[in-house]
Amino acid sequence: MSEDKFVFTADSQKKLLIAKLAAIVLVVVGILIVAFGGHGHEESEAVGHHYHWLHRVWVNLWINNIYFLGISLTGVLFLAIQYASQAGWSAYIKRIPEAFGGWLIFAFGLTLVSFGLVNFAGPNHFHLFHWLDHSLYVEGGENYDAVIAGKQGYLNLTFFLIRMVAYFILWIMMFRFIRNESLKEDSFGGDGHWRKLRVYSTIFIILFAITSSTAAWDWVLSVDTHWFSTMFGWYVFSSWFVAGLSAMTLIIIWLREQGYLMQLSSSHLHDLGKYIFAFSIFWAYIWFSQFLLIYYANIPEETIYFVERLKSGQYAWVFFINILLNFIFPFLVLMTRDSKRHTIFLKIVCSVILVGHWFDFYLMITPGTLGENGGVGFIEIGMAALFAAGFIFVVLRTLAKAPLVAQNHPMMEESLHHHI
Amino acid sequence: MTTENKYIVGVYGDDDLVLKAVKNIRAAGIKIHEVFSPFPIHGIDDALGYKRSRLPKAAFMFGALGLTLALTMQFWMMGYDWQMIIGGKNFASLPPFIPVSFELTVLLSALGMVGTFMVASDLKPYRKPKIFDIRITDDKHVIAIDLADNKLNKQEISKIVAQTGAEEVNEKSFE
Repeated sequence: MSEDKFVFTADSQKKLLIAKLAAIVLVVVGILIVAFGGHGHEESEAVGHHYHWLHRVWVNLWINNIYFLGISLTGVLFLAIQYASQAGWSAYIKRIPEAFGGWLIFAFGLTLVSFGLVNFAGPNHFHLFHWLDHSLYVEGGENYDAVIAGKQGYLNLTFFLIRMVAYFILWIMMFRFIRNESLKEDSFGGDGHWRKLRVYSTIFIILFAITSSTAAWDWVLSVDTHWFSTMFGWYVFSSWFVAGLSAMTLIIIWLREQGYLMQLSSSHLHDLGKYIFAFSIFWAYIWFSQFLLIYYANIPEETIYFVERLKSGQYAWVFFINILLNFIFPFLVLMTRDSKRHTIFLKIVCSVILVGHWFDFYLMITPGTLGENGGVGFIEIGMAALFAAGFIFVVLRTLAKAPLVAQNHPMMEESLHHHI
Repeated sequence: MTTENKYIVGVYGDDDLVLKAVKNIRAAGIKIHEVFSPFPIHGIDDALGYKRSRLPKAAFMFGALGLTLALTMQFWMMGYDWQMIIGGKNFASLPPFIPVSFELTVLLSALGMVGTFMVASDLKPYRKPKIFDIRITDDKHVIAIDLADNKLNKQEISKIVAQTGAEEVNEKSFE
């Protein structure tokens, strides 16, 4: 087995730095366009606050924060699934999802900071989370909202922050356990570490099953405070999972093209492709299950969510492009065996899915926060690129810290001879 | 002497040996009719030079047919032939048709695939099976060579099969 280590070259670091700078320039250009483009200070009926260009930056901050946190969590979850199911095929590539976990600690800081920024730093008393508005809870007051006041037991700042910190502590703790055990296996060998990893992985999966749902309610669903959907936790999870798998596949293909992972076979890629294919369908299934019931029952307090998106000039196209990019395109392209085994198809589909699921989160968060003032422009592209460059930087740095291929993994032989 | 309906049957006791034998026999320019084994032999498809099955294509076609049928049926029935108001929706509206379309796509795709497989494999009722050696369901592997497919004569083929490590080389014909 090769002892090769991934080297995060100065050249790659420089490229990422340039990408970050370019992204910042894009954001600045986007802000200038929005601030001086004549649409800077329009009244927004939907939000009830005066719109300011900074609101749009904050909303993007939150979208990307949630999106890349999900991709990072998917890495850890994927690893945990491999151990819990005693999978052998993935042993050769397991360091890549493992490296995704390196972003979690940064995501923790980013989430705390951006939560503060998007809710309390905005001009004109902007709250990304509508329920943070104190006047909603003053009984008899002008803004009193009985529905939101009824949710106060769950949606209040203290409990919200406690949950936020608790999720991250649990996730990071479990990731550290898994990571340390995996590194110990490199040095000492034996199957004792593998058995311990199975236990940690199972615990993580159970914890994640609950926390991914509640985190989705907290951070995404509560943006539309009145609205609710019992499918939402699953919906956010499936979106995260496909995006994470695509990011993982892209990085694996990139590493291969850089001359690493020389024993990676088309069978490994085939399995990754199947994962992406299957979970694209899973996402579409969840998407449709949520949509159909609301469409059929036709209860105004539920349909408002889709009315805001379908009957609006800004968001209708995103609504349809979401289904096209995340279901129809991957479904048709990844259907054949060949497309899952050749990197060119995987590269195209994975990139499309990553863009598609960014739009998915955009569509979940923007209409409820920016209303008519939302749009897709340089700010959106720049912020997403900035986060992507930062995420890739952290992942590659984590990847360079340990041997690229796990040493002494008991399933390694099976993985190297994986043949389907 | 006619070679019609005459087979040379090599009997092997080990799956690795069969894999090697298949390669050697094919390298000698002999066409193999079929290999039988009590359990799947890894890599035998490649060794036999089988092309990839076209079954997925048939499945896709049947699936597309199912989808088309389902949508046509529903739009015609609900939108034109027997209009009913359900939940205040339009007579012809796509979302409620999706579950039925999905089910019919899957149903026709699955049934069509089974049917295609049976036709392609000649699996029909009352078909008399060709059993080259009864021990293929027990502990022996069998390579069957159809004499009609090959230019070499019986003795030459038997000699090559014997050289690849066959425990027995038999001749078999069916009524």
